[in-house]
Amino acid sequence: MATEIKAGSRTDKSGNAVLRGGAASIFLSPATIIIVIFLVIPAFWTIYLGITNYRLTGFSAVDQEIVGLDNFKRALDDPAFFNSLKVTFLFTLGSAIFGQAVLGFFLAWILFGLSKRVRNTVEIIVIAAWMVPSSVVSFLWIAFLNGDSGTLNAILGSQTRWLIDYPLESIIVFNIWRGTAFSMLLFSAAVASIPKSHLEVARVAGATRGQQLRTVVLPAIKPYILTDILLITLWTFNDFGPYLLTAGGPGQETELLAVFIYNNALRFLDFGYASAIAAIMLLINLILSLIVISSGRKRS
Amino acid sequence: MKQRTRRSLAIGLALALAIGVTSVAPASANSVGAACAKADQKAKVGKVKVICKQAGSKLVWTDTRVRTVEVSANAIAGGKNAQTASWINNFVIPKFTLANAQKGIQVKVNFTPKGIDDNAFKTQIALDLSAKRGADIINLDGFWIAEFADANYIKPLGKVLGAKKVKAWDGWSQMPKSIQGVMTYDGKLYGTPSGTDGRIIYFNKQLFADAGLPTNWQPKSWAEILTAAQTLKTKLPADVVPFQLNAGTGMGEATAMQGFLNFLAGAGSLIYDTKTKKWQGNTKAVRDMLTFYDEVYNVKKVGNSEWQQLAGEAGRNLSFEAFSKGKLAMIIEGDYLWRGPINPATGNYKMQDRNTNVGFARIPSQTAGAGVNQQNFVSYSGGGGYVVNPNTKEKATTWDLLQFMNSEEAILAFMSIGNTVRITQRADVNAVTLTADPCLKFVFDRAIPVTFFRPPSSDYNAVSTLLQKATADIVQGKTVAETAAAYETALKALVGAGNVTSN
Repeated sequence: MATEIKAGSRTDKSGNAVLRGGAASIFLSPATIIIVIFLVIPAFWTIYLGITNYRLTGFSAVDQEIVGLDNFKRALDDPAFFNSLKVTFLFTLGSAIFGQAVLGFFLAWILFGLSKRVRNTVEIIVIAAWMVPSSVVSFLWIAFLNGDSGTLNAILGSQTRWLIDYPLESIIVFNIWRGTAFSMLLFSAAVASIPKSHLEVARVAGATRGQQLRTVVLPAIKPYILTDILLITLWTFNDFGPYLLTAGGPGQETELLAVFIYNNALRFLDFGYASAIAAIMLLINLILSLIVISSGRKRS
Repeated sequence: MKQRTRRSLAIGLALALAIGVTSVAPASANSVGAACAKADQKAKVGKVKVICKQAGSKLVWTDTRVRTVEVSANAIAGGKNAQTASWINNFVIPKFTLANAQKGIQVKVNFTPKGIDDNAFKTQIALDLSAKRGADIINLDGFWIAEFADANYIKPLGKVLGAKKVKAWDGWSQMPKSIQGVMTYDGKLYGTPSGTDGRIIYFNKQLFADAGLPTNWQPKSWAEILTAAQTLKTKLPADVVPFQLNAGTGMGEATAMQGFLNFLAGAGSLIYDTKTKKWQGNTKAVRDMLTFYDEVYNVKKVGNSEWQQLAGEAGRNLSFEAFSKGKLAMIIEGDYLWRGPINPATGNYKMQDRNTNVGFARIPSQTAGAGVNQQNFVSYSGGGGYVVNPNTKEKATTWDLLQFMNSEEAILAFMSIGNTVRITQRADVNAVTLTADPCLKFVFDRAIPVTFFRPPSSDYNAVSTLLQKATADIVQGKTVAETAAAYETALKALVGAGNVTSN
């Protein structure tokens, strides 16, 4: 890549070309400007709105007052906020970590041992679930889980009102179905990158498939597992998709943090409070992101 | 590999193009052109002055400026408020365009149909107006007026269009002040109302007869509603739901209008006292109202609690469907139920035997005389209307259109669609039409005299949401005491402890 190093550039320790400060900032500026406009400014705007009593309608839509940390205090007093934190935690744990990561890995591991044709077919099916637009998927799932005439009840011969009696379980299964493809693809690539010789040696030594998994595969793909879990945790934590199935209900049983913010802002039109919650969510995201970045550094 | 990528890219691109091409609507037949042609024809026989001339095969207008106005309403053909959608598309737009064409004015009226939850529609309109955009004429529910006005999103008609101009319209003389009240806030008129409505109890006479109840039933207390529901439950098959009392946040204002507001009024206290400017907190009336919900959904179990817990308006629609199929015996609803959903001609849930099999009863107070103003019966009225977007660029045309939409001709046309009658904004129309419809006559004669309107306060919606949540908590099995206490805490946080009554 850096075979021809022109005047004006220098190289770093490993011999790759590095641009001087001025040139670097010119190349970086478009990205920086976009990040500032679409990420940094909205983030600060959210924090600002969070300290006001701004509502979309009524008097406070005209002149909003700075109410300081009132919205944040209100959040800490609000059982509905803690409920949504709890729901989000359970949803993330259930659907991202136990669901997508574990299932994705086992799909990848099982497929690894199968013929290429079978592997391709299963991959296409799983990826299809990933590619269909959310609005379409939600219709399919509402029809699938419907209490009166749903497909699932028709199969089981039951009359269960899935989205009402088991709302959280339903959206967890829904999200596992929706997101497993990513983990599966990532793990497929990771498993495929393990040198064949390692597995062969293990097999010659008489290791069972389970032992191969434990002693060869898992240690080899450990960094990928970490990356996968952190990424899907971040996505699932911010997920809004289940809103299309339950709108946060019944009651507030599936009111994920993202849904809680949406309901407060666009249903109850209370932008100040919603922004305060969004700022708290931003903070949690920041912490999660820092973990992702620092773990990435450690690996390299 | 690369080739494959390229090939799939090409296929994808082709697909995207195909979708793009098919989704672009074919250029619609130019209705203005057609109107012009018609007018031109008439002009030739000397009826109106010449306003457009044939130039080769093309039509040429003498006045080339096209005045474009947009109307927005939560209405869509074949769905929500289909009658309104059909009226705007098939009557208002062609008639108004033609009338202007005959005057030599090119007008284009756009109507974008919507069929979404009322809450979502309101949010959309509020966002439009906050960005100083949106349609020129907007259909708003009357009780949104206060918060939209306080936010400066809408202005009194006189301010937007000019007081003299507005006053000069002869239609006002036909519009009773009480009905103008629907679109009035702080003594100022913000738009033209589209009539009003009222809440009653509908019941299925056949199911009542099957259960041994009178078919001219009229409960005089809450206890009598519960007794009837209990009888229906024991005497009728298990798949018949005895009573629908809207609860929960999914249905939004339907829970207020068809639900708790009537029972607060029936327990002797309005949700907001306009004199003391205080809201009902954890009061006896609130607890009594919640106890009634508790009786219906938890103690006597005479309602369907699933319907109350579904997302959006799904539960309300299921109750309409059940009532239309004879699977629901009693339901509290506005005259909307009669005119709209179960209308045998145009409804989403057509009830073929509506005219013979549906009975009407007034909503009783808790006990005789226990209601506000010592009333024996109560009802709630609402209604919406059309406001003018203060940011409109076509004031004259917009005002012309609004007057046309409120003309006797237009209202009669509205009611002829789907053969339904409603309590309209015009006295001349009401005098002719209401006598023909048993339900509307009942609402107008029996419910409107005992009716209440929602308080003109921009906090109302948020308070209503809190009470909707409280009814949801009851349906989910929380006790009346804890629900009422939690409601008061939230209410105080919202409006300030000084503005809350509790006893």
